[in-house]
Amino acid sequence: MILLKNNTLFLWPSDRILVWVLRFCAVIAAMIVFLILLFLLNESIPVLKHVGMSRFFFDSTWSPTEGLYNLLPMLWGTLFAMVGSVLIATPLGIISALFCHFYAPKPIAHIYRQIIQLLAGIPSVVYGFWGLVVLIPLIGQIQPPGPSLLAGILILTIMILPTLALSADASLANVPSSYLKGSAALGLSRWATIRGVVLPAAKSGLFTGVILEIGRAIGETMAILMVCGNVVQTPKNIFEPMRTLTANIALEMAYALGDHRSALFVSGLILMLVITGLVICAEILSRKIIYD
Amino acid sequence: MFRLFSILVVAIFSNPLSWTITKAYAAKNKIILTGSSTVAPLVSEIAKRFEIQHPGIRVDVQSGGSSRGIADAKQGLSDIGMISRELKNEEKELFAFTIAKDGICIIVHKNNPVSTLTDPQIIDIYTGKISNWKQVGGKDAPITVVSKAEGRSTLELFLNHFKLKTTEIKSQVIIGDNPQGIKTVAGNPNSIGYVSIGSAEYDFENGVPIKLLPVSGIIANRKNVKNGSFPLSRPLNLVTKIKPTGLIKEFINFSSSKDVNDIIKEQYFVPVAE
Repeated sequence: MILLKNNTLFLWPSDRILVWVLRFCAVIAAMIVFLILLFLLNESIPVLKHVGMSRFFFDSTWSPTEGLYNLLPMLWGTLFAMVGSVLIATPLGIISALFCHFYAPKPIAHIYRQIIQLLAGIPSVVYGFWGLVVLIPLIGQIQPPGPSLLAGILILTIMILPTLALSADASLANVPSSYLKGSAALGLSRWATIRGVVLPAAKSGLFTGVILEIGRAIGETMAILMVCGNVVQTPKNIFEPMRTLTANIALEMAYALGDHRSALFVSGLILMLVITGLVICAEILSRKIIYD
Repeated sequence: MFRLFSILVVAIFSNPLSWTITKAYAAKNKIILTGSSTVAPLVSEIAKRFEIQHPGIRVDVQSGGSSRGIADAKQGLSDIGMISRELKNEEKELFAFTIAKDGICIIVHKNNPVSTLTDPQIIDIYTGKISNWKQVGGKDAPITVVSKAEGRSTLELFLNHFKLKTTEIKSQVIIGDNPQGIKTVAGNPNSIGYVSIGSAEYDFENGVPIKLLPVSGIIANRKNVKNGSFPLSRPLNLVTKIKPTGLIKEFINFSSSKDVNDIIKEQYFVPVAE
């Protein structure tokens, strides 16, 4: 058989099959995003048609059973909680990765890494429960009522910290050892090496870590639902309760009907648009920061 | 999923030819129930047990609100409607069967010295006119008002009883389900909330630091919900257009028998069957 063939290299077109399988998989992965978007649009259209988009931003409050659909306070809530937690978690996460990589003795670094990994694996509802029974009473003593934006920020910080610490750790490990040797040969101190060589080299990896962290902060639902108080209002200070878009969906979806249900899909749609916007911003920023 | 299915059901029933076929088929080994989203989860669980005991029978439970339950039962779109209230006067031609009762109670932290609140006081607390426990005879501390998310049946019952609107309520915490509400109140000595009586009583008996306040002077417990004296309660009813016979009668009897009391208690409702 083999002798009869002209080209023995392509007896079985395994490469072509593989390519098509890979293409198919890639299309599926890409399609999921579009299907979700389509589904959200399809479910939101009934309410968008007879209520209109503007009322989701200019109504007096969110009270769908009375026909009021303002989502703006919850959008602010989502953004405040996200920005607050990212601002705290980012330096902490990067510093912890630096400690783990350059300062900690090997055995301690090993144990430390395991602990961070464990922290990343704890289900969010456990964090939420801890927040409910420990954190909220503590905050309540400082400034009642207790469930507040601050509680949300703190819980989110604890939750996204391991994500960032682990990805920062991985990107520090990816810095070529020749760089480190070079800087050692120049006689640079450890801190000078980190500041002048490691951080610039690991910049894109760290940036990806921050994006992942933002994504998790925006998407988190259960823990936030348990500690934030869920009152629909734009928080004026960090001790006031507030509700995020994700918590809004989780709280009300189970019993929502008709327009109310549709309006919840609009919150999902807005959430999706916010994340898309952030990803685009991140992309533009990263081009500027990293490649210029 | 649910929407697709309801479209399908409507499509089948709107076609006059298939209508008779489906109807005949439905009468034989399928029961369709539609209505209240409070009753639907309970009936779904009861239906599962009913299906196990009656192989080959399908029980189809769809939620959509009490008004849909009434409308569908009247028009024959469902075999049984589910409503979370009494029949209104203009609906008296329907047959109603109470399978369980739902009651909500006001809870505060165990260490709160306040042991009774009048209805106007509760209204003032929930509308923000009273914001310190001192004003109702407690210690000098701000009140943390815990309310429920929109669409929840407990909220609806609470609002109906106190003649309030959702927008009038000024709360500091909004919760989803009953356990979350109880944990919130148990964790905050200055809070007040309302939850399903079944779940509050269960947690209270198991040592959770909460206190059930009487409403209009009537003690909040399952017994008073059952005998109808507790004001913040309502019946969960199954309704039919004609006097139930055959399989439908069997299902209604099963749902109101004590064989399902464990399911009813699991969902924090109060069983009525002895």
